[in-house]
Amino acid sequence: MDNSILGQHISERFNQELEDIRNKVLMMGGLVERQIQLAVEAYTTGNMELAEQVIKQDNDVDALEVAIDMECTQILALRQPTAFDLRLLIAVIKIIHEIERVGDKAERIAEMAIKLAGIGSKIPHHELEHMADLVKVMLHDALDAFARMTLANVPDITLMDEKVDREYDNILRQLITRMMEDPRNITRTLDVLWTIRALERIGDHACYICEHLVYMINGEDVRHLSHEELEKRVNVVR
Amino acid sequence: MSAQQARTHAIDMSSVLRGKEESQHPNETCIKVENLNLFYGEKQALYDINMEMPKKKVTAYIGPSGCGKSTLLRCINRMNDLVDSAKIDGKILLDGENIYDKSVNVAALRRRVGMVFQKPNPFPKSIFENVAYGLRIQGVNDKRVLEETVEKALTGAALWDEMKDRLNDNALGISGGQQQRLVIARAIAIEPEVLLLDEPASALDPISTLKIEELINELKKQYTIVIVTHNMQQAARVSDYTAFMYMGELIEIGTTSELFTNPVKKQTEDYITGRYG
Repeated sequence: MDNSILGQHISERFNQELEDIRNKVLMMGGLVERQIQLAVEAYTTGNMELAEQVIKQDNDVDALEVAIDMECTQILALRQPTAFDLRLLIAVIKIIHEIERVGDKAERIAEMAIKLAGIGSKIPHHELEHMADLVKVMLHDALDAFARMTLANVPDITLMDEKVDREYDNILRQLITRMMEDPRNITRTLDVLWTIRALERIGDHACYICEHLVYMINGEDVRHLSHEELEKRVNVVR
Repeated sequence: MSAQQARTHAIDMSSVLRGKEESQHPNETCIKVENLNLFYGEKQALYDINMEMPKKKVTAYIGPSGCGKSTLLRCINRMNDLVDSAKIDGKILLDGENIYDKSVNVAALRRRVGMVFQKPNPFPKSIFENVAYGLRIQGVNDKRVLEETVEKALTGAALWDEMKDRLNDNALGISGGQQQRLVIARAIAIEPEVLLLDEPASALDPISTLKIEELINELKKQYTIVIVTHNMQQAARVSDYTAFMYMGELIEIGTTSELFTNPVKKQTEDYITGRYG
């Protein structure tokens, strides 16, 4: 399957409506990718302006979520879509919820950046940056899979999440040690913990987007399955 | 329930999670079509159709105009016998018995397999006589039996409350939606096993259509129903199984929920989503 399937209806207007929804989802995804980029930069450089920008941009993401939801509802009511079209709309409604949650996580990171910059944190963040790089790739690839309507990269994305989880556990261990070494570090370290937690959750949301994509393209619900099981299902060529 | 019991009490989710289809009795085949081919003169209209229709379920045929769905429906009560040029080979088994067998009495078959058409066709008689007609031609003239049957059939067709005080009115004077339900009452008065509905609601307004659909839902408790419809949403609403036909071939048959959310064949997908096939 590829994205040309959206433009094959006899009704040209229906083609346009679906294309419009697809473009809006990708726009929302692009905004959120930028939010993560800026939030991590704000966090590592202590640039409060960037952090403020991330927080402000979240309103645009929220507004897009509401607009896309409304368009999907109208199509469901007016066109009674079936088969792939129905699955597309159901998947979009779920995917934009995941994207919106990613936006919230970026906002959270930006808030932590402001807080830590205010107290002059000296916690090294190269491991956090590495984790951020991983989740950015995951989200980008998940959105790319949606844009192209292909599942080719889905197993790689979910596999990468296991790597992100390992990174999270490593950083968590270091943070616990830090807190045990000197209880005065606890408040500051907890803020770092919230940040890496937000990154880890972004990875999870990228995986959820992939699960919705499998439903959209293969018609199979693969939520709550192991990576191996998901890989098997994805490889079932329809 | 004590706190201990509450902690150990496991909710049986199986009944909650089980689908509507599964929760009912296993499907028993009522009609089985085997290698059915039909020709109108030189032109072949049906190509090697094989399918099964379960007992007391609604099976819908969908497909573009001229795809053979009405032709297939008419084969089930041998209405195509009335077309001179029609030639049929293959079998249709009703409860295991081939209806095209030479020994089959066609009139008896049509008593077992009732049919309702697109346009309501009540007889120019009273409402009572329309419903009683099937019994009268079978030689039943007992007034009490006729009255009981008419009431039962009109009740079954969700028409008794509207018609009980007008049984002697001419059937042509009631609305189109009422006429269609009257025709269904006439069909069920002789207690068939199968009801064939050929576009039963296409000439009706939305409210009458919903009443017919509601009626189909009630009737399937007693009858096996096969419906031909151009309205895909109607097929999706009323049927348990849907068959998609295209140019005389059966492309796909499956549960309605599966066929409308995740069809197997691309041709089905293209048709139900309105794409160029």
